[in-house]
Amino acid sequence: MSIAVAMSGGVDSSTVAALLAENNPTPSSGSSPEVVGLTMQLWNQRRLPQLLGEEAGEGGHASGRCCSLDDVYDARAVANFLNIPYYVVNLEKQFEATVVRPFVEGYLAGETPIPCSLCNTEIKFAQFLTTARQIGAERIATGHYARVRRDPDSGRYQLLRGVDRSKDQAYFLFGLTQEQLAHSEFPLGEMTKQEVRTIARARRLPVAEKPDSQEICFVPTGSYRQFIDAYLAEQQRQPESTAGEVVATDGHVLGEHQGIQNFTVGQRKGLGMAVGAPLYVIAIEPAKNRVVVGEDRDLFRSRFRVREVNWIRPLAAGDALDAHVKIRHNHPGAAARVEAHAAGDASVEFLEPQRAITPGQAAVFYDGDEVVGGGWISQVP
Amino acid sequence: MKRIYFDNNATTPLAPEVFEVMRPYLLEDYGNASSIHWFGQRAKAGVEKAREQVARLLGARSSEIVFTSGGTESDNSAVLGIVEAARGERKHVVTTAIEHPAVLSTAKALEKRGVGVTYVRVGSSGVIDPADVAAALRPETVLISVMHANNELGTIQPLAEIGRIARERDIHFHTDAVQSIGKIPVDVEKLGVDLLALSAHKLNGPKGVGALYVRKGTILRPLLHGGHHERDRRPGTENVAGVVGLGAAAEIARAHLVVENDRIAALRDRLEAGILVSVPYVAANGDRGHRVPTTTNLTFDYLEGEGFVIAMDLRGIACSTGSACSSGSLEPSHVLSAIGLRPDQARASIRFSLGRFNTDEDVDTALQILPAVVEQLRTVSPHYKSPVTSYR
Repeated sequence: MSIAVAMSGGVDSSTVAALLAENNPTPSSGSSPEVVGLTMQLWNQRRLPQLLGEEAGEGGHASGRCCSLDDVYDARAVANFLNIPYYVVNLEKQFEATVVRPFVEGYLAGETPIPCSLCNTEIKFAQFLTTARQIGAERIATGHYARVRRDPDSGRYQLLRGVDRSKDQAYFLFGLTQEQLAHSEFPLGEMTKQEVRTIARARRLPVAEKPDSQEICFVPTGSYRQFIDAYLAEQQRQPESTAGEVVATDGHVLGEHQGIQNFTVGQRKGLGMAVGAPLYVIAIEPAKNRVVVGEDRDLFRSRFRVREVNWIRPLAAGDALDAHVKIRHNHPGAAARVEAHAAGDASVEFLEPQRAITPGQAAVFYDGDEVVGGGWISQVP
Repeated sequence: MKRIYFDNNATTPLAPEVFEVMRPYLLEDYGNASSIHWFGQRAKAGVEKAREQVARLLGARSSEIVFTSGGTESDNSAVLGIVEAARGERKHVVTTAIEHPAVLSTAKALEKRGVGVTYVRVGSSGVIDPADVAAALRPETVLISVMHANNELGTIQPLAEIGRIARERDIHFHTDAVQSIGKIPVDVEKLGVDLLALSAHKLNGPKGVGALYVRKGTILRPLLHGGHHERDRRPGTENVAGVVGLGAAAEIARAHLVVENDRIAALRDRLEAGILVSVPYVAANGDRGHRVPTTTNLTFDYLEGEGFVIAMDLRGIACSTGSACSSGSLEPSHVLSAIGLRPDQARASIRFSLGRFNTDEDVDTALQILPAVVEQLRTVSPHYKSPVTSYR
């Protein structure tokens, strides 16, 4: 057996499975199959029932989300349709430890975490590759819109964004190691979303018309605040209060807030005060539990620090690079100077100030289509 | 790829001769067993013959056999039926920590209704000590429920001794015999049970049918409400073909109790010994001297059980792990926890359960394939050092 496909039950990974199955048909007898579908069971949606809303209630279940039972049924239906072996592997424990808990801790520390990047690095590539190897697969394939290429000169693997600019998912993959890149395939990297839909329809995949997933998969209501409250209650954790003052940029106190985890940089709603010009969250100061607010123009900054940088194309400490830097998934990116420091740190300086640079989000450095590296935004001075 | 089925404790293939007996009841003798006419009488005759066949396997009277939809319903009917029919303000049930969920979850549901439940614990042998059952009894105890053979370990529980204790104290005694029926002799008199649950599909019969033995004179509150079927003990139009299949399977099982089960035990022993010899860091779970002939449960250190089951399946061999279930439960098997395994050991435990259609060749093939699969999984484990490479 050669390749394991991560199947979420969505149209992208189902199309990947279809394309691979066509090129590697399951042998009717003799040797073991070439393509195996695996779904990672990451989170039990029934675990925090208070988040499931009315439709769920007793005996119900959340639908249309990652890891909902519907998605497992869909993935299984596609695998049956393609006649490839299919299994569900339970990675809930690892997901909670490496994605959910850091997500909650990040908010409590005044950051705005992006769990999908962490999930890719820790679960979809690290753990999934391990599972694939356990069952005898040498390689893994996913439905990410990204490309991987081996540089013939250096021998290193490069990560490139997909040709569909609107679906750039290389942003979420900045944490991949050379080992992970060497064993990964992204068959959708050369395609547009529209082409993928066309392929799925032409092959009559059972999920061809399924809508794309949007929000964070384990937050069924889409409200991360409710999720954090429910999770902390389940863990019987009473974290120290992060309530404090709301202050203006000049430091004078405008009011009070119930906890810094309720805020994110750039947020306008929910400040509970009306003072002339619209107010935005400019910064969150976890040490003092303060939320700094100001006008839109106060949100623009040029410089910030990045921690835990993964350099896919190595950059020695002290060296610098001109790059196109994205500070969140839907940020178009902007020209910047990136300097590598010791201990996996880096500093970034945009040529033009950018709006709402947010600690906890991923900053990803591009050279053209190539992802040079990326890390977590730590400080915005 | 030749496929080998080593998961007979989960379910067994339908025996072809059982299917042949069932076939006319699906196609020709399709009457409702409650009907007056010829069609109904044909169906009724099939059901009553099956009742005698099942009764004979258990050493019971045919009037004491109630047909159900399977093991889970039989267990629920027995446990709930006894507790609800019992008098008294306070009621108490004694069961064990290693029961099947059909009993365990029913007991938990009773606890929510205010019934006291004691879960007797078990040591590493996986065999209950009758003295522990006796010690758990209270004046208000209305039911003892102890399984006959454990589904994960295969260990056989000392029912006859527990039956004597129950009789002395005049307490109803139920057993879930789903995993022992057809594998070892089951005689309701020798075991001293008042209620016994069994399921057809564990003894090469069809799925969706089972039976509950109810000792004459035992009063049960029925679980379901409806017509007057099964002497008012279980309403619903009889699953005639299924019941007939259960009867046929019971008859065959009775004929096979000695020779065939010795053959299966020999296969199981050879598989187990072969693994213990060819793979390092493996240990067998439970008391190997008190097991049904079909089952071996092995802990492979440094192994991820879920990955192992998948890797084996991709090579054509079906087995199971008591842990991480794909439906969402990540808790290690309650049975393996109860015999003292750590969660990582429970996750590294694999059950092979053999049956009537396994052959010597199956065991040979498995022993050829298995060591390499174990090594492949262990190589990926961060904690494992191969005993071969460690010599370097």
